[in-house]
Amino acid sequence: MVLRMSAITFVAADVPFTDSGNTAWVLAAAALVLFMTPGLALFYGGMVRTKSVLNMMMMSFITMGTVGTVWILWGYSETFGPDVGGGIVGNPFTHFGLKGILDQIYGYVPADAAAGTAAAGGIPAPAFVAFQVVFAIIAVALVSGAIADRAKFTAWTVFTVVWATLVYFPAAHWVFAFSGYAAETGGWIANKADGLLFGGAGAYDFAGGTAIHINAGAAGLALAIVLGKRIGFAKEPMRPHNLTLVMIGAGILWFGWFGFNAGSALGAGTQAAGVWVNTLAATCTAMLGWLIVEKVRDGHPTSLGAASGVVAGLVAITPACATVSPIGALIVGLVAGAGCALAVGLKFRFGFDDSLDVVGVHLVGGLIGTLLIGLLATKGSPTGAAGLDVNEGVFYGGGFSQLGAQVTGALTVMVFSFVMTYLIGLAIHKTIGFRVDDTQESQGVDLSEHAESAYDLSGLTGGRFGSPGAVSTASSGKPAKTHEGASA
Amino acid sequence: MKLVTAIIKPHQLDEVKEALEAYGISGMTVSEASGYGRQRGHSEVYRGAEYTVDFVPKVRVEVLVDDIDATSVADVILKGAQTGRIGDGKIWTVPVEDVVRVRTGERGVDAL
Repeated sequence: MVLRMSAITFVAADVPFTDSGNTAWVLAAAALVLFMTPGLALFYGGMVRTKSVLNMMMMSFITMGTVGTVWILWGYSETFGPDVGGGIVGNPFTHFGLKGILDQIYGYVPADAAAGTAAAGGIPAPAFVAFQVVFAIIAVALVSGAIADRAKFTAWTVFTVVWATLVYFPAAHWVFAFSGYAAETGGWIANKADGLLFGGAGAYDFAGGTAIHINAGAAGLALAIVLGKRIGFAKEPMRPHNLTLVMIGAGILWFGWFGFNAGSALGAGTQAAGVWVNTLAATCTAMLGWLIVEKVRDGHPTSLGAASGVVAGLVAITPACATVSPIGALIVGLVAGAGCALAVGLKFRFGFDDSLDVVGVHLVGGLIGTLLIGLLATKGSPTGAAGLDVNEGVFYGGGFSQLGAQVTGALTVMVFSFVMTYLIGLAIHKTIGFRVDDTQESQGVDLSEHAESAYDLSGLTGGRFGSPGAVSTASSGKPAKTHEGASA
Repeated sequence: MKLVTAIIKPHQLDEVKEALEAYGISGMTVSEASGYGRQRGHSEVYRGAEYTVDFVPKVRVEVLVDDIDATSVADVILKGAQTGRIGDGKIWTVPVEDVVRVRTGERGVDAL
């Protein structure tokens, strides 16, 4: 079916073909984005106390299992399948199990003899499926930072499936499904056309400032409220147990994020390259912005601040990376770094225990990036450089139309996510329970939820004596013993 | 026999160890400890939230000595551990009823 032809050949019969360079980049970018989830596990894991680091990392890891599975079954179809009407959601049954798309080619542009342009190759649909599933996985994993140290692991696992299905897939459809790419009609936030909800918003969100970061941030806030504060919140010190893990995690996130943003060009060309540079630019100034706030306010620039600034900048440039200039990207980063550094204190003022600042970094950073597009969008951006149209922002004389679209997209996703997540969280909390009991929480969720300890480093002996107790294996059929009989 | 116990700042351990070796003490037991005295804790700031950490890391040094050496060993430790700044620690001496060397079964002063 797929014929290999030179991109400059005029094709008589219009047979879609793939572009190997674009395909290679999208497949590589998908792998980069998957690597962000273990990176997030390290970033979050280092920030919690020793007794719950494994659980924190597992909350990220499990999303690779659950969300990856449901993506293949119905998630892809629900996000990118034929729209059920109004740009609300795709039909989850059309491509159930990826039925009927393995031989499809997306993004192919036919030759136009009248304009004298050659056909341009697309990418195989499975490359698009791969690139989008890793977005769904990390979007869900991001939420877990709000409920560190106290969630039941089974409840979280159920939540990942329900939240992906009822909140993420619809929001991703609104934002990432462009009409005519995978299906004829796309989502109502990305497109502007009759027949879409409100006629469509036409908001710019290149890689997911709304669908991923505002969405995860608002969901984190809702879950933090449903679960309540940790025992001792704002009274006892809850220091990050391993800041070196946090910094490694931030580094992996930054690395993977180039796949996230530049991969969203869905091709290897002018737009992808410009986006790569903008992604770097914003992250640089965001780190500086966060550290300057810390130096002035607290007296010391901290490693946690540097790592957090990096992530805040990446979050904010995610929606904006294709439609702002490199100078615009430096501004987006600086505002996000400084803004998020100030916003992380809000949880103490308002009294909600968003443990690892999903709200302060992802919701606030996502809002900053999404709204700044309304001011900073310009034709002097990677999208403009690629020869595509850009509706310019307020600072470039484009008026308020784009800012209006950005506000609509940002606020709708925020409100939708908060309300839906609160209801889902409450339903899980009232049925199977979302929170461990007080004793389990004090002893640590690593022990109560996973029957493991992260580190065997206690004391100067480095664990050479082993732990007192008895060993039994699963195959011996005896129940596993832990500390019984230790007094002998 | 006496047991001399000192709680000192971790970075003074090398000086204390060298001072004790120079005096002729051939063994000691060292363990990590944490606590506070008049110094209280210190503060750390994470994402703008200031935490007062009460228990400060310390090192406990224990030396078993003959009665006659007890006062001078305490003085040797004092010299090694003292910086003159707050949080230098404490040294105390308590009597010991018996000591046994596990390898040989020797008892009392012979076991030191």
